[in-house]
Parts: sequence; structure tokens; C-alpha cells
Amino acid sequence: MSPPRTAPAGDLPGNEPRCGHYVRIEGVTKTFGDVTAVDDVSLGIHRGEIFCLLGSSGCGKTTLLRILAGFETATGGRVLIDGDDMTGIPPYERPVNIMFQSYALFPHMTVEKNVAFGLRQDRIAARETSRRVRDMLGLVRLGPLARRRPHQLSGGQRQRVALARALVKQPKLLLLDEPLAALDRKLREEMQFELITIQKEVGVTFVVVTHDQEEAMTLSDRIGVMDAGKIVQTGTPSAIYESPGTRFVAGFVGSVNLFEGRVVAQDAGHLIIECEGAGCPLYSDRGVRAAHGDRVWVAVRPEKLQISRDAPSREYNRIESMITEVAYRGNLTMYRLRAASGAELRVSRPNLARANADRQDMGERVYVSWHPSSSVVLTS
Amino acid sequence: MRWRTFAIAVPYLWLLLFFLAPFAIVLKIALSEAMLARPPYAPLFEWGPDGSLAVRASLQNFLFLLRDDLYWKAYLNSARIALISTAFCLILGYPVAYGIARSSPTARTVLLMLVILPFWTSFLLRVYAWIGILKNNGPINNMLLAIGIIDEPITMMQTDFAVYVGIVYAYLPFMILPLFARLVRIDHTLLEAAADLGCRPLRAFLTVTLPLSLPGIVAGSLLVFIPAVGEFVIPALLGGPDTLMIGRVLWDEFFANRDWPVASAVAIAALFLLVIPITVFQRLRADQEGA
Repeated sequence: MSPPRTAPAGDLPGNEPRCGHYVRIEGVTKTFGDVTAVDDVSLGIHRGEIFCLLGSSGCGKTTLLRILAGFETATGGRVLIDGDDMTGIPPYERPVNIMFQSYALFPHMTVEKNVAFGLRQDRIAARETSRRVRDMLGLVRLGPLARRRPHQLSGGQRQRVALARALVKQPKLLLLDEPLAALDRKLREEMQFELITIQKEVGVTFVVVTHDQEEAMTLSDRIGVMDAGKIVQTGTPSAIYESPGTRFVAGFVGSVNLFEGRVVAQDAGHLIIECEGAGCPLYSDRGVRAAHGDRVWVAVRPEKLQISRDAPSREYNRIESMITEVAYRGNLTMYRLRAASGAELRVSRPNLARANADRQDMGERVYVSWHPSSSVVLTS
Repeated sequence: MRWRTFAIAVPYLWLLLFFLAPFAIVLKIALSEAMLARPPYAPLFEWGPDGSLAVRASLQNFLFLLRDDLYWKAYLNSARIALISTAFCLILGYPVAYGIARSSPTARTVLLMLVILPFWTSFLLRVYAWIGILKNNGPINNMLLAIGIIDEPITMMQTDFAVYVGIVYAYLPFMILPLFARLVRIDHTLLEAAADLGCRPLRAFLTVTLPLSLPGIVAGSLLVFIPAVGEFVIPALLGGPDTLMIGRVLWDEFFANRDWPVASAVAIAALFLLVIPITVFQRLRADQEGA
């Protein structure tokens, strides 16, 4: 039976669906009793990319990962890897390896033996096994620690062993379950870049599960945002961030200012929205097809807002408000403001100069404004 | 700091009083000569009429143990019976412990309770119950006769078979409990990792579960082997006259022959034969912990 040639759903315009995805998830559903953990998910993953499944805990991302690994059997749908249907294939026969969140290193084996474990299951000759183990340990910079046991390693070193153990079999697909969650912040940043470097070097397709949007943004070529068992949006990190499709995505990935309103007019390239919370018409030149009178939300990222003491010349996208909180964060300063209508606003400004004598203070009345191209109109 | 010293001192003092002191007494008797008296052995230390202290210690009794092959045979036979019983306990106990460790937490409590349940009845009564089960007109023989598999009852009582049944039955919980304690601590994701790396379930068991449960196997085996070697009640009640075990020899020396010095020597020798497996155990455990 030849697989159908249709491009899987879930791909929104903006991330060119290439013909023939390397990994195809087709209508996969998983229910536990009356709980639906994964709800009819269809997804295509390209060869050699890092794809992140991003979602809060309990959104079904880990269940989907476990279905890919073969630990869970999907209630419905199927998974194809490189054209092969994985239905009914046990984990030990899949061309897939996983790096567990807890790393799951064998405590009774040395680093070397842990890494060699997978190759020994495949009955690969001793000489080749030791060569590949050596190469892999070199790649993750653990060569000198080959004879150590897992408990003699630091968290970061254990993570490298887990990565080496999963990669040494040259899987078609590598699954990473919250790969950096157990590491402290500094190490996490370092490992993010190292993971990318290693991935580019070995060329294996990565599927990463994470709840950390920053991690997803840094690591991935594409992100699939999950909520309540469904993929709500897929796209490149910048597509997800700059053109979120729903309020959920806009709020989950980064922070956002949302204004609820109604479409009142549509002129050349602009959508004009009337909004009580803003107190002025809002113009947006990006977003959706919407009819007159539709209820919509205007989303603007905090860093795209300007703050000024004098009223800007444009009479739209301009909200008079008072600064209620200022948080200095070194590289940027976060402002919280309250508009006359009572709406809360969040603005972040980069600190470009070392000392800004003209900065705004708490309690000051200012104008918040933005360019029509900076906002996105959402219908759901 | 003072409280810690105190807390450690109490059990040590206890051991000193109730283990080392009796041991010293037994050792003293073992080194003295037998005589018809009350107590039935010659004093080890004697004050001469001139006030000098005469020590009359001899290794006579230990040499006697070497000369008479009864003792060697009893020791070896005890070790053999204990070893085979331990093996059976391990074979029967491992799947039980594994099953309990893999069951749901609620089922686990019930199953563990069932393992411990026999301890609520006296050990002696439970061994007596086996006499009723195994005897010639007991339920097993009656059933087999009724079905027609056998024409005359199989003699099970007063054989080595009955001794094995008794020991395995009595000591099985001592195998199951430490095994369970170890198996329940093994992280299930390790087995998933093994499967993910291409390991079939049986191989995953052999390469991951089994090595990781080794400390439990060692602990359980020693808990069965050590008391089984010195077991007296089970061979006395279930075994035949030719079931030679060191516990019975010891009993006979003390109470039938009233030869306390030789009996004491038997006891001391048995103790040292047991020290060897304990040391092996400690060594293995130290290795595991170093791992």
C-alpha cells in the first residue's frame, strides 16, 4: 500500500510544505480512559531539521513523543518514518532513539559501556563498536571520562552521555524529552548551542519536546505549538512569534498586549478596529480576512510599542496611559502601564545607552503607540 | 555528639553482653575436657594448691571433629541442603518479588501483606501443618489415589524432599522481601532506554534488571542460606533419621550424648563456616556501593 501523497494538515502558509516529509504523523490520537491526551494530530517533519513540540505540561507533547518512540500505541492514526509505517513496530525495532529527561543512564555501566549498549544489541563487531563509541565520545567531548560511572559525572556530562548513547546508533529520528530542563541556566544556554552544532554535524532529524519557549526558539528550525492534545500552530520560530495564529499562541510564546474590538472599516491594506480598551481606533495592516463587525483581537508585542511624553502625530494606535511599574533588567527595561480605560499594557525598551537621563519614571503620563505593521489581528 | 555516642553505644553494649559473652562461654566449654559431672566438663582454669593458675585448654574436641567423618558429612550435607533450598527460594521468589514490584501501589500493599501473613502463625505450627499435608494419608496422597495416578501412597514424610519443602516454605519470605525492596527501586525508564536502544525484553531483563537486582539476590540468598544451614526444627520434624544436618548433630551431642565440649566445638565450627558467606556478602555489597 503506497502512502497517500497529500501534504499533512497542520502546516500553515508561510512554511513551505515540501513534498514528502521524512517523518509523517497522520491523524494520531491517544486516549487514556476517557482522557484524550493526543487529539487527531497530523504533522510533517523534514529530514535533518530540529522540530520542537512546545506546550505546557499535560498538553500531550510527551505522549506524542512516546508514540514516536513506540512506548505508547496510538489509539488511532499512524506514524511514518522515511516512508515506513511504524504501526505495531516495537521500540527495539524502530530506527528511532530517545534521550530521556532523566537521561536513564545505566548506573552499573561505565560511560563507554552505556554508549556501546545500543551497538552491542545490533551485534556490531567489537572493533567497529569501540571506534564508533570513541568517535561519539569525542564529539560530545567526553573522551577522557569514558571509564567513569554515571554517578561520578556532573549533570551536564550525564546529558552528553545520554546524547552520545542515543546518537551512536545513527537513528533516522532522535527524540529529546525536555533535554535541558535538568541543567542550570548558564549551562543550559551553552548546551543549546552545542546541541545545534552536534545536530548539524550528524545531520540526524531531531524532535524536541519542551515547555520552555525560549529553548524552543533557540533550538528549532520549526516549532509546533500544542494545546490540549492538538497542534495549534506550526512554523519557524519567527513565524510563530511574529505571526501567531491564535491568542493562545500569542500568549504562550512570549508576552503580548491584547485588545478586544470590532472591525469597523477596511481600507487599502488596513483593517480598522474599534476598541473600548484602547480609546482610539486601531489600525493593523497584517492579519486576517475579517468582515465588518467581526469580533477580533489586536495583538502587539511589548517591544514593538513606543513610549513618548508628547502625543504622536498619528491619531490611531495611540493610548494615553500612566506608568505603574518600572523593572530594570540590564539589557532592557520593562514598563507596566495603565490606560485611561483601565487596560493594562506591557512595554519593553532596550537600554541602548549606558545612562539615559531622559527615561520615564513611575507615575508619569505618557503616550504608548505603535506602527500598524507591528500588530497582528486574531480571530480566535 | 554525646547523644550519637550514646545511641551507638547501647546496641554495641547489647551485642557485647548477649552475643560475645555467650560466645566466650561456648568457646571456653569447647576448649575443655568432657567429664561426668555437673556441669559435664572440666574447668578450664584451675587454682593449684600452691596458688598457681593452671590452664587446661586443649583443641582435642576440634581435632575430634576432624577425625570423625560424621561431622564433616553433617556440615557438608547442611551446606548442600541450604544451598539447594536457597536456589529454589531464588527461583520461586524472584518472579514473585518482580511481580509485586511491578504491580500498582495498592495491589502492592496487599501482596506484601500476603507474603508476611504466614509470620502471624507460629513457625512450629506451620511446620507441623506440613506433616499433615505430606503424610501417607494426607491430602496430597489421598487426592492422587482418588484420581488413580498412584496405587499406593508416595512416602514424602521423613525424606530429604520434605526437608526441602519445609525450608523453602519457611524461608521464602526472607528471599522475596529484600528482592522486592531492590527491584522496586529500579527506575522503569532504564528498561525503556534498553528497549529504545534495540534490546528485546528478555535481554533487557538480563542486562539491566538482573545486574541491578544483584544486591537483593545476595541479601535474600544469605538471609535464607545462613539460617537454613543451622536449621534444626525442620529436619527434626520433617526429615528422616538419615537426614544429616549439623543442627541435629549439635542437638544430639548436647542432649543425647551430654558431651558439652564436643557440642560446643560443633557450634563454634558451624559459626566459622557461616562467617565465610557473610564476609563474601559484605565484600559484594561494598563493591556495589563503590559502583
